[in-house]
Amino acid sequence: MADSVASVATTTAPKRRVNLAQRQNRAMWWLLLPSLIPVIAFSVYPLANGIWLGFTDAAAGYDVRFSFNGLNNYAKLLKDDLFWNSFQIGLIWSFSVTVIQFFLALSLALLLNAGLRLQWLVRPLALVPWAMPSVITAILWKLIYHPDAGLLNAMLKNAGLITHNINWLGDFSLALPAVIVVGVWSGMPQTTIALLAGLQNIPYELHESAALDGANTWQRFTTVTWPAIKPVVVAITTLDFVWNFNSFGLVYVLTEGGPGGKTMLPMLFAYQRAFGNGEFGYASALGNAMVLIVLAIMGTYLWRQMREAK
Amino acid sequence: MKPKPYVRVLQYIALGFFICFLGFPLLWLVTTAFKSPRELTTINPTLFPTMPTVDNFFAAMTHNNLGQALLNSLIVAVSTAVVTTVLALPASYALARNRSRLRTVTIGWILVSQVFPFILIVIPLFIVLKNLGLLNSLQGLVLVYVVWSLPFTLWMLLGYVSAIPSDLEEAAATDGAGKLATLIQIIFPLLVPGLVATTMFAFISAWNEFFFALVVIQSPELQTAPLLLARYVGAEGNVQLGPLAATALITTLPGLLIFAVIQRKLISGMMAGAVKG
Repeated sequence: MADSVASVATTTAPKRRVNLAQRQNRAMWWLLLPSLIPVIAFSVYPLANGIWLGFTDAAAGYDVRFSFNGLNNYAKLLKDDLFWNSFQIGLIWSFSVTVIQFFLALSLALLLNAGLRLQWLVRPLALVPWAMPSVITAILWKLIYHPDAGLLNAMLKNAGLITHNINWLGDFSLALPAVIVVGVWSGMPQTTIALLAGLQNIPYELHESAALDGANTWQRFTTVTWPAIKPVVVAITTLDFVWNFNSFGLVYVLTEGGPGGKTMLPMLFAYQRAFGNGEFGYASALGNAMVLIVLAIMGTYLWRQMREAK
Repeated sequence: MKPKPYVRVLQYIALGFFICFLGFPLLWLVTTAFKSPRELTTINPTLFPTMPTVDNFFAAMTHNNLGQALLNSLIVAVSTAVVTTVLALPASYALARNRSRLRTVTIGWILVSQVFPFILIVIPLFIVLKNLGLLNSLQGLVLVYVVWSLPFTLWMLLGYVSAIPSDLEEAAATDGAGKLATLIQIIFPLLVPGLVATTMFAFISAWNEFFFALVVIQSPELQTAPLLLARYVGAEGNVQLGPLAATALITTLPGLLIFAVIQRKLISGMMAGAVKG
């Protein structure tokens, strides 16, 4: 009797489970479709289409026909001095912002983790740029860099370091460093938080035992802290680099790429080409080139990190 | 393990540097907003206004269509936040409870989409919106924002749903509660804090966004606040700094207030993500 019940149970159970799984699967699709459809229609499809446009001679305007033109856009890119200029500036900007920001954010995260006073002031301050629209951040810094009414010139003059007002954002050699400072400022929060999270995940005992072994502060940092936060460091610097390379709003409002193209980031250049000149195909080709460069740099960096880790 | 005194001193000097670097720009924006036009054109500007005035705020609200722009921003941000959350909630539940390949695909898409510059997506989107007659409309902008914030919203919600043990649902089921009743009476109340955080995050993202608005919106009466401000400074030369600072300050406030409310939740979420990632 008991045997037969058990055998019935074992023979029927798998069948019912399959049905349940199927029903669950179907229900899952119904729950997913409302967000899946818009994302595919207005995000995945446009992206695929955008990559394709990079191989066409598409232009703005009503009912303009366009056709596949192979690698023509890319041949044109290679001969375009403005393209080389913008990519060079993009790399300088992206690299400088990421590196400077990383060192500042790491110091700040270490300070925030060191049990100092004034935390109530520093923590919110370190987060505010994150809640600000990039346009406002740009305006804020325009007020600081303002030649006549700006904070920076006033401070430097009071300190006796300069006698004439400097037009920070209008100067050919100062504009790029000036916008890099703004880039660093506005990206501090996410980098600091990511690093702080990494630091707070290190068990206190590790530090303690290293200290007992006679390790000084610097030795404890290199043997305990750094190895522990290394994965977070690699992740956040990679993301920062990509975000910075693709950044737009901040510099668009600060300088519009000027003076004389000295702060013309790739996205600003592509935007100008697409919506200023109506060259949709060429601008998309620029976008494709940006992806390639980012992937190449990211790939090399991650590959080196991984090889080191082994 | 107390650090040596000189280390402490150095630490406080460094902390002082960060307070200045992070705080002075903000302070400057606030004080500029309260300065009179005369004070803003003196040769030696001071940090604090000698004669504080609120005229700039009146000027900001009455001129430049700021009221209209703030209203547009509000409509767009609220619609985006509500629609995004309503769409993402069922999807996040489905993904949290079924460990399928689709979940990997979703998270993969969020990461991959970071690499592509907006220019690649915005041109086809511009053409699609034009064909749908949604270009230069707030509806079109909301559509773009919803799609753009969905993946991240979904990811955030996924974390909150996963944190609710599925034993809870099974227990309710054995007590005879129906699936829908379980969801509404047991799961939903537990999700409310997460939903609030997610909705507010979607709100801030839409409130602060600039690039898509720049491409989608052309009419001055449909401008969102960031767009208005960007065009205002774009006019260069004769920009009045006082009203500009006041406008900037007003535009920042909603985001800051919301941010102050959800700060803790957002950071703990991000920290979990950062450590796991």
